[in-house]
Amino acid sequence: MEYLIHILIISGIYIILTLSLNLIVGYAGLAALGHIAFACVGAYTSSLLALNLGVSPWIGLIIGAIFASVLGAIVSFPSLRLKGDYLAIATFGLGVIVYSIAKNWVGLTRGPMGLPGIPAFKIFGYEINNVWAYLVLVLIFVVITYVVIRNITKSPFGRILTAVREDEIATEAMGKNVNKYKLIVFVVGAFFAGIAGSLYAHYITFIDPSSFTMMESIAVLLMVVFGGMASLGGSFIGASVLVIFPELLRFLGMPSSVAAPLRQMIYGLLLVILMIWRPQGLMGKYKFK
Amino acid sequence: MLQIQNLYKEFDGIKAVDGLSFTVEDNSIVALVGPNGSGKTTVFNIISGFLKANKGRIIFDGNDIISLNPFKIARLGIGRTFQNIRLFPQISVLDNVLLGLKYETGHRFSSALFQTKRMKKEEADNIKKAEELLKFVGLAEKRDALAENLSHGQRKLLELARILALEPKIFLLDEPIAGLFPETKRTMFSLIKKLKASGKTISFIEHDLHSVMDIADKIIVLDHGKKIAEGTPEEIKQNKEVLKAYIGKDTL
Ligand SMILES: Nc1ncnc2c1ncn2[C@@H]1O[C@H](COP(=O)(O)OP(=O)(O)O)[C@@H](O)[C@H]1O
Ligand SMILES: [Mg+2]
Repeated sequence: MEYLIHILIISGIYIILTLSLNLIVGYAGLAALGHIAFACVGAYTSSLLALNLGVSPWIGLIIGAIFASVLGAIVSFPSLRLKGDYLAIATFGLGVIVYSIAKNWVGLTRGPMGLPGIPAFKIFGYEINNVWAYLVLVLIFVVITYVVIRNITKSPFGRILTAVREDEIATEAMGKNVNKYKLIVFVVGAFFAGIAGSLYAHYITFIDPSSFTMMESIAVLLMVVFGGMASLGGSFIGASVLVIFPELLRFLGMPSSVAAPLRQMIYGLLLVILMIWRPQGLMGKYKFK
Repeated sequence: MLQIQNLYKEFDGIKAVDGLSFTVEDNSIVALVGPNGSGKTTVFNIISGFLKANKGRIIFDGNDIISLNPFKIARLGIGRTFQNIRLFPQISVLDNVLLGLKYETGHRFSSALFQTKRMKKEEADNIKKAEELLKFVGLAEKRDALAENLSHGQRKLLELARILALEPKIFLLDEPIAGLFPETKRTMFSLIKKLKASGKTISFIEHDLHSVMDIADKIIVLDHGKKIAEGTPEEIKQNKEVLKAYIGKDTL
């Protein structure tokens, strides 16, 4: 049972990542490939603040999200000049940079040794260290993320984001400052990814750079595409299915040395099938061009 | 209203616009005519800020706008359409028009985040306006269709509706009748005449000299980026230079 709840918690964290990446990729159409870097910044910021300065994880979570947003703003600058594949490569590069900092700035992050003993969230003096309580906490953040991103997208503002996705030049011709919208989208998307990272760190209580590799960014992107671009319901399904499905293999008695690489192969296979059978994703409204 | 002064634009040694000057008077229809590649679209791209000129000035309502960004130029009141039609293909016809309409506060991030009453009110009002505009161009029934599923003629009309939504002072229409059936062509011209009757200023591009004779107040003929003639349709008909430029180019 505990294991089942654990899977739901991890699903919840991936749902936050997927919703926030869908805002950037699905709605605004910006090919961002380094989403896990924002989670990495959130996770390390709140963990280091808690471990080194005794800052409450709640405050760490907010500060981590803000730091992630700052990185989001920085990442948005290449998006002002670059399009499509070029932007994908540039954001990929930024993801690699963040990963290398986490791995190589040993003085701060302890590098590959990672950060053990990250304290849990506390409420009224009680540590949230039982899985049921943590599931509730994660679900609260899932709901907040969903409501915020739904509100943003279901509005004239959100309509402008889809216009940026459809045709930047035409959007400018309508008197909209495209750069401003790109900036906001990256800042908001990074903010929630930062929260997801922090939720992960204070739950697992240990982080190291291996949790934030480019493979994770690609996995989150797959969840967006699988569920459907510009579909928030799709993001719930995409993240849940792609987290739970590989776990089923383990459940069927497959050793994790086999299950882990198999996860990547399954993702690849699912994507190929999807692109042939339903290129807009399960619930998506928008096709890749 | 709009003055183009001594405009130059070069692409890799090709002079696309070569010392061009002309004026678009208030509440008039000015046609920019010339063979393919004579620099017409480039002029519109420079006026609307999508291209930077090598030299020259664009005076709009008394201000030089040559160094402004496209979105600022659009906000000042210069609306344009595109020769190859630039709609938002994978969203609805209604949403396309709504993207042209102005919002006081409803388009802001904070309005979206807090789903403000004002935003919802503005949205409801704008949906009505957008529906009116769709009726005006004859696309009311297509309201919920995706823009990408419209025919060529319908897409041209939608692009006009969207630019109407922007309520510009001057309309720059790049080949509004290109590729249209005669009937849609007439619809488009009657809409342009209605615009003028309602006090708007229009400049449009057309490569076929004949088609603009009945509608333009003034015709400017370009060839190789240079103005070779300017005048009323009557004056242009008798201009030798124009005839020369068009001979063998199967447009006349
Ligand atoms: N963005 C561009 N880059 C390079 N050359 C261009 C560009 N835009 C136009 N040109 C060239 O400038 C000339 C004028 O083109 P254009 O303004 O599109 O003509 P028209 O609209 O009158 O057919 C052509 O030779 C064209 O190839
Ligand atoms: Mg042209």
